[in-house]
Amino acid sequence: MTAIYKRELKSYFQSVTGCVFVAFLVAFTGIYFTAYNLTYGYPYFSYTLSGSLIVFIVGIPLITMKSFAEERKNKTDQLLLTAPVSLTKLVLGKYMAMVTVVAIPNLIFCLFPLIIKANGTAYLKVDYISIGIFFLLGCVYVAIGMFMSAQTESQIIAFISTFGVLLVLYLWNGLMEFLPSSAEGCLMGMIAILSAIVFYIYRMMQNWLVGALLEAASVIGCVIVYFVDSTRYENLLTNLLGKLALDDVFSSVTNNSIVDIGGIFLYLSLIAVFVFLTVQAIQKRRWS
Amino acid sequence: MIEVKDLVKKYGDHVAVDHLSFHLKPGKIYGFLGPNGAGKSTTMNIMTGYLGATEGQVFIDGYDILKEPEQAKKCIGYLPEIPPLYTDMTVMEYLEFAAELKRIPGNEREKQIKKVIELTKLEMVSQRLIRNLSKGYKQRVGLAQALLGFPDIIILDEPTVGLDPKQIIEIRELIRSLSEKHTVILSSHILAEVREVCDYILIISNGKLVASDTPDNLEQVMHGTESLEIESTGSMEQTEHILQEMGCAENIQVKVQKDKTVYARFDAKGGEDIREKVFLAFAENQCPLVMLKTTKASLEDVFMELTQGDSAETRKCEGVQRDSVKIQGKERDTDDSDL
Repeated sequence: MTAIYKRELKSYFQSVTGCVFVAFLVAFTGIYFTAYNLTYGYPYFSYTLSGSLIVFIVGIPLITMKSFAEERKNKTDQLLLTAPVSLTKLVLGKYMAMVTVVAIPNLIFCLFPLIIKANGTAYLKVDYISIGIFFLLGCVYVAIGMFMSAQTESQIIAFISTFGVLLVLYLWNGLMEFLPSSAEGCLMGMIAILSAIVFYIYRMMQNWLVGALLEAASVIGCVIVYFVDSTRYENLLTNLLGKLALDDVFSSVTNNSIVDIGGIFLYLSLIAVFVFLTVQAIQKRRWS
Repeated sequence: MIEVKDLVKKYGDHVAVDHLSFHLKPGKIYGFLGPNGAGKSTTMNIMTGYLGATEGQVFIDGYDILKEPEQAKKCIGYLPEIPPLYTDMTVMEYLEFAAELKRIPGNEREKQIKKVIELTKLEMVSQRLIRNLSKGYKQRVGLAQALLGFPDIIILDEPTVGLDPKQIIEIRELIRSLSEKHTVILSSHILAEVREVCDYILIISNGKLVASDTPDNLEQVMHGTESLEIESTGSMEQTEHILQEMGCAENIQVKVQKDKTVYARFDAKGGEDIREKVFLAFAENQCPLVMLKTTKASLEDVFMELTQGDSAETRKCEGVQRDSVKIQGKERDTDDSDL
């Protein structure tokens, strides 16, 4: 695992990708910082940071796109997969390397609140917590990007699909408003979501019997619940999917200074889920 | 020791490896031979744990590669068809990475890297970026990687592709020297190479094992009788007529060559030595012979016959063939053996 970690990290800074990402993020945040904090005298660095979120959405796919797609294209994955290293360690090694790249600009950000403090009042606690959550959010994005990269051989496709997913997550709250709130609409929505999950499980297992049974169970389950108590479905989609609004956890710190512990758990569990899914995606490719 | 049991690999509906079973003993050089798309690389990829199998088992030194991959992979060094190189690293960095990846203990790493660099003659380029190396050197870096840790089993997928003749000879010598301590498996579609290097040949066609034996045995089993080749300055019809009149030649193939001489190849009925009879028959008919020799079936014949199925059969049964295109394969043989 350490071998892969060291190699990956080195390669990010030998190629320009890592440097570009760090420079881009720090420069962008620096401009915001100069404008908001230094020129207008706003004492919260966390506010500046919320403006940098959009850079993450462009920057993270830049780092993650090559993680597995490039290995597969150059056939170097043959070296990794035939080495006496477990797949989980391999994926974790790569993941940790990418997380380290994301950590570097965040460490630089830690200096900014001190600059504010040197010039007057600073709210260090809020600022540092928001940097921490910003970093965690980056880790979630990296996990998603890595999963996308494991799906394809093309770095471009990996970049665009990751960018698309991150953009949808960024606009999540706005998109929530278009969801139906009636019980019928939510029933259909639930069935659609469950069907998508069942379809994914079917693709992974290649067993139509299991797929059909799961699909039947979820559809029947949804319909039964609807007939027993249809009020349960009202606003269900907005409530359920609204919880996945990742950026909310971050913006509640930056805007209202509220730390959402549940949200941090959501971040950590999403990281675990996507690392797991990446391992599964690679396993599946070996067997299909 | 490697044991492959009933291996099947399907890509969708296409069966790449079809119930393949074999048992390889330590300390020998095995050659996988087969036309493109026969399933050589797929089999090797499964044996090394890169791919999963649809059915069947592979045991490497007693460990099941599918169930105990980490233990089994420790016993294998693998050079895939395309060397798995990180082109942004120098040769030295790459080998250091590969050594760490293969869990070679820290204190042995430097020694081993030095040794494989020596074996594959990479001293001159060890500090250069892999990206800037020629294909031959890249191939050697891949080979060096496979040798790291000196595992019991070394699997090489077409190891001499892209090398110049001198390098090919060097690599062959290296493979020979490796077989003293390791089991080497190499795949190739170059017959001469397999013939020269391997102790034992496994011929694979359409995912199935069609033959496995030593090169000499394979040649003997396939063609018990020797063929005769002659060249005469008479006409094609005359040559054919004389041969048929003799009554002891079969499978006669005749064609006119570029220098206007007539070339014929045939088998003796019952495998007798009919060289004198042929000479006398031609002398009697006043048709000068300019060449007369016996040829053994080459490994190429065996290979063609085993891997081409129906088309090889028809070629054999046609007997007299006026169509020179159809016996071009044979013509090439003769040219080789003349050399």
